Amino acid sequence: MLETLLPNVDWIDLWQACHDTFSMLGWSLLFTLVLGLPLGVLLFLTGKRQLLSQPVVYGLLSFVVNVLRSVPFVILLIVMIPLTTLITGTSFGVAGVVPPLVVGATPFFARLVETALREVDRGIIEATQAMGATTRQIVFGALLPEALPGILAAATVTAITLVSYSAMSGLVGGGGLGDLAVRNGYQRFQTDVMVVTVILLLVLVQALQMAGDRLVTHFSRK
Amino acid sequence: MTTTIQFKNIHKSYRVSGQDIPALSGIDLTINPGEIFGMIGHSGAGKSTLVRLINLLERPSGGELLIDGDDITRFDDDALRALRRRIGMIFQHFNLLSSKTVADNVAFPLRLAGKKSRAETDARVAELLARVGLSEHASKYPSQLSGGQKQRVGIARALATEPKILLCDEATSALDPQTTQSVLRLLAEINRELGLTIVLITHEMDVIRTICDRVAVLDGGKIVEHGPVADVFLHPKHITTKRFVQESEHVDENEQNDDFAHVPGRIVRLTFRGEATYEPVLGKVARDCGVDFSILAGRIDRIKDTPYGQLTLALTGGDIDAALARFESEGLTVEALRDA
Repeated sequence: MLETLLPNVDWIDLWQACHDTFSMLGWSLLFTLVLGLPLGVLLFLTGKRQLLSQPVVYGLLSFVVNVLRSVPFVILLIVMIPLTTLITGTSFGVAGVVPPLVVGATPFFARLVETALREVDRGIIEATQAMGATTRQIVFGALLPEALPGILAAATVTAITLVSYSAMSGLVGGGGLGDLAVRNGYQRFQTDVMVVTVILLLVLVQALQMAGDRLVTHFSRK
Repeated sequence: MTTTIQFKNIHKSYRVSGQDIPALSGIDLTINPGEIFGMIGHSGAGKSTLVRLINLLERPSGGELLIDGDDITRFDDDALRALRRRIGMIFQHFNLLSSKTVADNVAFPLRLAGKKSRAETDARVAELLARVGLSEHASKYPSQLSGGQKQRVGIARALATEPKILLCDEATSALDPQTTQSVLRLLAEINRELGLTIVLITHEMDVIRTICDRVAVLDGGKIVEHGPVADVFLHPKHITTKRFVQESEHVDENEQNDDFAHVPGRIVRLTFRGEATYEPVLGKVARDCGVDFSILAGRIDRIKDTPYGQLTLALTGGDIDAALARFESEGLTVEALRDA
């Protein structure tokens, strides 16, 4: 039955592609969150009229973030090949894709974190300051807990962006569902492969969004 | 410990697009330990800045600010944080952490100070919640509470580190009149029982009248009048103070003068204070001096714990001068509003 309906789908290839997508998403999301969160906090704190207002530092960080965000991911993937090789020892496969994914998504996530932190009522920061809190205590005790729903929503959007970025990984032999869709579905005219991979990507994105929304609701107290 | 707050020639200006905009100029003021000191002013008068100077959420541009004789503007970061733990603050919009329960909000300043064990913190939180009457709401989140309850959490949180000073930034302005009264009662009770100095700012006369001992009236970044509440509000001198009094009593001076225009006789305003308020002075004096009086306007009320009465009378016939002298000798204040 499946054989006749989907003659070109190689289930082992498909399984491998799913596996690759998951491992690209998992690793790059992990590093993006770990690097992007502090960057976002720093952007927020050094911003105008904020706790550690530093116009020069903010201007510099903001510029770098904007530059990285304006480079199309395909270009980033290629430009970064030497750096990627330096970090992971290869510019090929999943390991060759994770560094560019992280570099592409971290500035994006950091901006979203900055925005989420700005949504925190200034009065709460003021009240915490009035209690004699250090900047560190304000960040960990008040800002991050208050902005948690916003940060989780930002992480969800970032994860979905990473899924779409990872579809371009085929360029460096990264594998994954997107790559399968391009190589087999598009270049070999295997429409059935295209349909199956797109459906799987759709399910993945839906699942990410639903999981993210659940977390946001769970941590929202407003 | 006594906690005196002294402002000495305090100035504050903000830099807005290259220009210095003065917010406060030449503030000299002493707030005594244990009193409830009110600052009243319209929005933009500088009262919000003034109260934030006391815990240096705002830094003065010039002048000295002494707490217990120490100029706090010279404090380093550590000393400033230690000072802030001795000063509680409550806010118009409560500023509770929405992500923490009521109990965790109250425990927050204790955890920041990091001096108490878990058990000590829990015990202190329970004690504070009992004081503000919210024991059964400990595990709720702020969004599940009413405005009055939120402000009670704010008060419990402000008291957690046993401060000597409590700053109230328009603490009742977001509350309905009934809730306002109950929050003010709680503040008065805290002031009485803990001997805490309370500095509050408001634009509502009733708040000042209900709980303050002394008041300063702010206008255009300056203190235009200050003193004991009864003195300032029963005999306002500055135009801003007069307006506040009239607004709170819903009196329009011009309208009133028009109304009185066709009333014959001399018009005077008598002010009774304290026990004199309930004495039958008016009838006695009128009888003795053969003076007739009609009451044109009046109010019998209390300022904090002091009853007072203020009556506008038209006096006709008899010996009016003798009557006025008698009123004064009975301890009343007499102001002539219109000669015959």
